[in-house]
Amino acid sequence: MKIAVCIKRTPDSESRFKIAASGASIDEAGLKFDMDDFAGYAVEAALQLNEKAGGGETVVYALGPDNVQESLRKAMSMGADRAVHLKADAVPADAIAIAKALAAELKDGGYDLVLFGKHAFDSSAGVVGTATAELLGVPCITAASELSIANGAGAARRELEGAAEMLTFPLPAVVTIDEGVARPRYPSLKGIMAAKKKPLESKPAQLGASRVKVEKMELPPERPAGRIIGEGAAAVPELVKLLQNEAKVL
Amino acid sequence: MANVLVFAETRNGEPRKIAFEAVSAARQLADGTGGGEVHALIAGAAGIGTKAELLGKYGADVVLVVEGAEHAGFARESLAATIAGRAKSGAYRAVVLGFSAQGRDLGPRIAARIDAPIATDVTSISASGDTITVKHPGYANKVIMTLVLSGPSAVISVRPSAFTATETPKPARVEALASVPAPSATVTVTEVKEGSKGRPDLGEASIIISGGRGLKAAENFKLVEDLADAFGNAAVGATRAVTDDGWRPHSDQIGQTGRQVSPQLYVAVGISGAIQHLAGMRSSRTIVAINKDKEAPIFKVADYGIVGDVLEVVPALTAAVKEARKGH
Repeated sequence: MKIAVCIKRTPDSESRFKIAASGASIDEAGLKFDMDDFAGYAVEAALQLNEKAGGGETVVYALGPDNVQESLRKAMSMGADRAVHLKADAVPADAIAIAKALAAELKDGGYDLVLFGKHAFDSSAGVVGTATAELLGVPCITAASELSIANGAGAARRELEGAAEMLTFPLPAVVTIDEGVARPRYPSLKGIMAAKKKPLESKPAQLGASRVKVEKMELPPERPAGRIIGEGAAAVPELVKLLQNEAKVL
Repeated sequence: MANVLVFAETRNGEPRKIAFEAVSAARQLADGTGGGEVHALIAGAAGIGTKAELLGKYGADVVLVVEGAEHAGFARESLAATIAGRAKSGAYRAVVLGFSAQGRDLGPRIAARIDAPIATDVTSISASGDTITVKHPGYANKVIMTLVLSGPSAVISVRPSAFTATETPKPARVEALASVPAPSATVTVTEVKEGSKGRPDLGEASIIISGGRGLKAAENFKLVEDLADAFGNAAVGATRAVTDDGWRPHSDQIGQTGRQVSPQLYVAVGISGAIQHLAGMRSSRTIVAINKDKEAPIFKVADYGIVGDVLEVVPALTAAVKEARKGH
């Protein structure tokens, strides 16, 4: 199968974040960046699908400044065959602008399947993959928690609130990947060496004007310091009293 | 003054709680533009029109009823085409929907179809002139972003429980709207697996009892279930460690890569409080933690902490809650 995976580079999600002096972005000093977690699941899912199919091609795409090439190399060190960097000074906040640039690039690529993470950690929006599918005019599964492909058709599971839907769909299609589909492999040393020689094409992204602007970023209010009210079952009556009289939830 | 279109989602023929919250958010947005109308679109099998009155109660001026056998389930492509078609022909200022399983799928589809900017998982909305300003928690709830959307239209999905469904009764005019068919190459729903027995969804529950590895064994999760039953209508969640071990289904996971919740009361049972878990629940209004290790990070965010063995403390708490709620 010919599979495209669109990935994003995001800061380590376990970081402690500070707001930059501009007040409209995070302070990137000292932060570690890597391929986004959900993008990692998508790359792994693509590799496993092609391994199972006994061959094919996995091509990774990323839009952004030159530093996204690190994440593209990482995907190739995991096993992707080649990479395409869509160059842009910054990743815009307008997800539809990104989807248009990706759709313009992917539409003549002859892909059977295009995978995305269900969302990226930083924007936490979950728009680009599904919007790209609409622009390409192909079926889309948003946030699949299971995925399989057989005989030119796909099957997926998608979580609903308190339920799950089991779905089938024809190819070509777009699927955005939730956790649970595949745990990403660690690149082997051999993989890392091989990735250095794999083709990485860089070209300008066809980005229109952004209609979404990040005006401000702020940290959520701190919670008041925690309080231990007692030890063991003996503390239960006090807890019940606090839940009734102070928190008023009982 | 501008009109707002809102999608009122249903399941099994009933509007969901998020549908009323979305209508209230749309009402707020329309009023903020100087008094536009709210048009609520509801889709379902024959007879769904009987629910129109409910939407009027929460502030819809017009209810657009899309009836058709295909809408008995979640017909995503047809819905997206129908909502986008109406959004275009009606020249709405914005399309509002819930940031639910349905809304996460429909929002991007509609924005792509009508070529409008989109903001998802929004916790507040205001409109002024030709911009709409929203707040959206990013970085897994660690950073609150203020986004400004410009252009004649926009798509906005609202976070469950962020907007209160407020009754502002309107004698809603009811109109039928034709369903736009899905393309031929399409997603087919082969089965919907209903989840656990009558508990509310994690995103909608006002009380969540959540369990971690401190419970020591899968069968001890019954203590969490029993405590949830004692509180009445509580949901049950779990940490990633617990869902990875298969004690609970993956869909129960609360945390950065799972569900992000902010109930009135969150009870963490045997949960140490890894950053990954805190990211999913730290915006809860009141947090209770029960853990044997008094140094566990969960106690830093817990309003009320009890240090102790969960196998001893939780049954005592269950009994005490039952006693306190006698007569409910």
